[in-house]
Amino acid sequence: MSSLAMERNDTMRGVTRDYLTIMIGDQIFGIPILQVQDVLGPQRVTRVPLAPPAVAGSLNLRGRIVTAVDVRTCLGMPPKEKDTSKHEMSVVVENQNELYSLMIDKVGDVMSLDQRDYENNPSTLDAQWRDVCQGIYRLKDRLLVVLDVPRLLESMEK
Amino acid sequence: MDDLIVEFLTETNEGLAALDLDMVRLEQNPNDKELISSIFRLMHTIKGTCGFLGLPRLETVAHRAENVMGRFRDGDLKVTPAYVTLIFESFDRIKYIVGELEAAGAEPQGDDSELIAKLDAVYEGRDGNTDNTKDGSASDGKEDELQALFDSTPALPQDQWHTIVTVPEDDSNEAANKMEEAPAPVAAAAPVKAAEDHTAKGSAVSEQSLRVNVDVLENLMTLVSELVLTRNQLLQILRAQKDTEFSGPLQRLNHVVSELQEGVMKTRMQPIGNAWSKLPRIIRDLSMELNKKIDLIMEGENTELDRQILDMIKDPLTHMVRNSADHGVEMPADRVKAGKPETGKVVLKAYHEGGHIIIEIADDGKGLPLAKIKEKIIKNGLATEEEVAAMSDQAIQQYIFKAGFSTAEKVTSVSGRGVGMDVVRTNIEKIGGSIVLKSVEGKGSTFFIKIPLTLAIVSALIVEAAGERFAIPQLAVRELVLASSKSSVKIETVNGTPFFRLRDQLLPLVSLKKLLNLGNDESESESRYIIVAQIGAYQFGIIVDKVFDTEEIVVKPVSRILKDIEIFSGNTILGDGSVIMILDPNGVAHAGGETDIADASSRAKAEVKLGHIQDKTALLLFKTGDGTPKAVPLSLVARLEEIATDQIENSNGQHMIQYRGQLMPLVPFDSTVDLKDAPKKPVLVFSDNTSTMGLVVSEIVDITEEIVTVQLATTGTGIIGSAIIGGKATDVVDIGHFIRATNKDWFKQHGDEAFGQASTQGRRVLLVDDSPFFRNMLTPLLKVAGYNVTTLDNPMSALEMRENGEKFDIIVSDIEMPQMNGFEFAQKVREENSRWRNIPMVALTSHATEQDMAHGMDVGFSRYIAKFDRDTLLSTLTETLVANDAAETARIAGGLQ
Repeated sequence: MSSLAMERNDTMRGVTRDYLTIMIGDQIFGIPILQVQDVLGPQRVTRVPLAPPAVAGSLNLRGRIVTAVDVRTCLGMPPKEKDTSKHEMSVVVENQNELYSLMIDKVGDVMSLDQRDYENNPSTLDAQWRDVCQGIYRLKDRLLVVLDVPRLLESMEK
Repeated sequence: MDDLIVEFLTETNEGLAALDLDMVRLEQNPNDKELISSIFRLMHTIKGTCGFLGLPRLETVAHRAENVMGRFRDGDLKVTPAYVTLIFESFDRIKYIVGELEAAGAEPQGDDSELIAKLDAVYEGRDGNTDNTKDGSASDGKEDELQALFDSTPALPQDQWHTIVTVPEDDSNEAANKMEEAPAPVAAAAPVKAAEDHTAKGSAVSEQSLRVNVDVLENLMTLVSELVLTRNQLLQILRAQKDTEFSGPLQRLNHVVSELQEGVMKTRMQPIGNAWSKLPRIIRDLSMELNKKIDLIMEGENTELDRQILDMIKDPLTHMVRNSADHGVEMPADRVKAGKPETGKVVLKAYHEGGHIIIEIADDGKGLPLAKIKEKIIKNGLATEEEVAAMSDQAIQQYIFKAGFSTAEKVTSVSGRGVGMDVVRTNIEKIGGSIVLKSVEGKGSTFFIKIPLTLAIVSALIVEAAGERFAIPQLAVRELVLASSKSSVKIETVNGTPFFRLRDQLLPLVSLKKLLNLGNDESESESRYIIVAQIGAYQFGIIVDKVFDTEEIVVKPVSRILKDIEIFSGNTILGDGSVIMILDPNGVAHAGGETDIADASSRAKAEVKLGHIQDKTALLLFKTGDGTPKAVPLSLVARLEEIATDQIENSNGQHMIQYRGQLMPLVPFDSTVDLKDAPKKPVLVFSDNTSTMGLVVSEIVDITEEIVTVQLATTGTGIIGSAIIGGKATDVVDIGHFIRATNKDWFKQHGDEAFGQASTQGRRVLLVDDSPFFRNMLTPLLKVAGYNVTTLDNPMSALEMRENGEKFDIIVSDIEMPQMNGFEFAQKVREENSRWRNIPMVALTSHATEQDMAHGMDVGFSRYIAKFDRDTLLSTLTETLVANDAAETARIAGGLQ
């Protein structure tokens, strides 16, 4: 059997990975489930003056200070309309021993996605998105973008 | 006890405790190579360390035991229970000796020959055990035997022999002491028995100190921090409720938490000596390398500091000590020449002072070379020559804290690269500390570093600006002021910049709202709070909307994304559970425009001095285009003119006007003054015998006589500082700046066509006046006349300069000065044997009575001049110099005859 055939056989078996799905606007995103620490409802966020625009502020998560990041701003998306902000949610991730709360619109299910449906970032994807996304899964009815959390946070440090 | 010995004891006790276990296991698994090796290693370590520390008895026992262990390790001796017992016995002996060492600080007397004989017997294979036969080659055995013979011969050093024989008479004192400290019945006579007694005693040192992983401590600290926060939260809830049954237990909890917090903080404390431990070596190496003789004296090594802070000051301290040794202390030959002992001293001191730790680094070297620093300041364009001349020595010295500044002529391998002191300062300021320098040329320099005890938990003031709350560390807060636009306590502005009058001082203000881009500072509310903050000696005010109470907060570092915002030093969680940013007063001061705290400290000093002037000064008030009031001493102004703007001509990019048959350069005060916006413009004419200059302003307001208290806090070209004049904050103008701007030859011209016959060019004038205002004003004036001016703010420094062998051609001195007035100064100068006895002195005064004048003449002043009488001052100086030159010539001539 050629190595190619073996490889195919391997993928046929369907290696899957688990993602927490989130919604920002109409777009569905995935965050590798192992990176997710917490999912939070609306929080009291303290503004941080002079901070980069994508930093929404800081919040207290059980005694730890978490930096809130507005993912919309990171992706260059327009700010959300006011009235929906009541239902705002966030996903807490850890990066280099620091906690960040990614503010998004909605949290969906955890999905096990088949590696066969995965593709790396297409070159036509918006440059800003390409910087902070890993790739795309072809779901049945739509495309799911995988967020690269460490890169997303690093992009803000600059 | 020696630190090294204490460390050795802790380590050995730990090792021995582990060994007990190992030996038991060894008995069960006689062939465990690993175990044997580890026991061997420990014996070896003890032996080695003992040799190094000078503990012969311990060394001997360890060495013999090691020999036996070596045979176990090499596998040529089988481990039997009998041998293990023997090894145990050796351990017990070692433990006993260690125990005694710990109690008495010295090895106990005693005889180990019996044990050693047994160990040697086993080692040499002559203990009768059939297993213990040397079945190696014959020669091997012989060699071993010889070796053993050799080893066993000096088993007891002679001095020990002696002691054993002469116990207890000779050593009765020592022995008695030992008995007291260690309840060993007959320590010297029956060592083996005593050893048995003592094995049970265990080790005091190892029980008192415990090695704990730093991570465990850090974790504990974090937990306690959380506890403190939760406690705060509970207390806040309690405050809102009256008469609850919780108040009692909560109060107790409060106390316990406070104590717990203190206790945990203590675990983080380390003696500062830990950070110093490498310094003696560094100094030793340095002195070898540089061929200098340097003693490092350390005091207060036991002063305790938070581990975190200790880590952060380690490098700055090393750098500074190195600097002191390299730049400060001179070569032995130079030291002898300067009348100092050949060996230089670097003294390092640490002590507590009001919640802070002060670290002093002093050397008795050559001090900071002021002239060189001045040169460098000018060369590097950090300040102009005029500005430098007007600076106090202290201010000049502070320049060494600036980036790219090194006074070492040569870059040595040690220092002199000009990165250093600024980094030191930054590092120290980062942990909320400050650094101050005192240096006397020829005598040495001393740095004072002030640092907080801990960084982890601080008391902070909670304030609000634009609806957001912030914490300001209480340490930086001096006082709070409520300013109201309706009362007299209000905030004033100069060109949009807010200022506040704090007890007759002008306090620069920064608005927190503006600083943080939280909207415009149009005060919606009539009353606002000013937080008077102090960093080093620099005071400034922070305008906030509201002030809440103080809270103990736990400083947590900000997230990586936010670390570049210098205005925040961290963040924390308040009692109510919300996150709050902690303001860094240093960062606020920097962001608020104060770029150099070190400068400010000297300025602040000047401000303090200013409190003494009571002289009224006639000032001309005028306005520039934007209507801000300015002032210039009237005595400097020759005339006031109004010029027709259409007569202004241009020559070589310079505005000119024909004035009294000459061309007079015209300078608009600043860009707000338009030369063409009106048909006529007021001009202040400054004139000298040969040169004139016109300063164009927008409006001449008034002439006023005031007690001027200049606050040297504002900066700006052409401005000396701000003062309260006529009840308004007014800028005092530095005319020298404009003179230089128009007429670069101004200085030269005067050199050539001097006053009188005496050349004033390069003559050295010493100007002593306690008020920086007059120093700033007279210095340019005298410089313009070609004098080489040295200014001092008090007569004491002047007398110091005399001691240092400085020479001057003439001394100009104020009369009313604090501490030592002009009369006393003159008396000192005129003293018998004074090097300055023949230097003419001119008194400067604002209001002289005839009596005063007579008194002045009596004590040695040659002349008396009114302070603002410019022409008289210059002509008097010339005349006095001429007269003195003549007298000098006569004296010399007289001396020759």
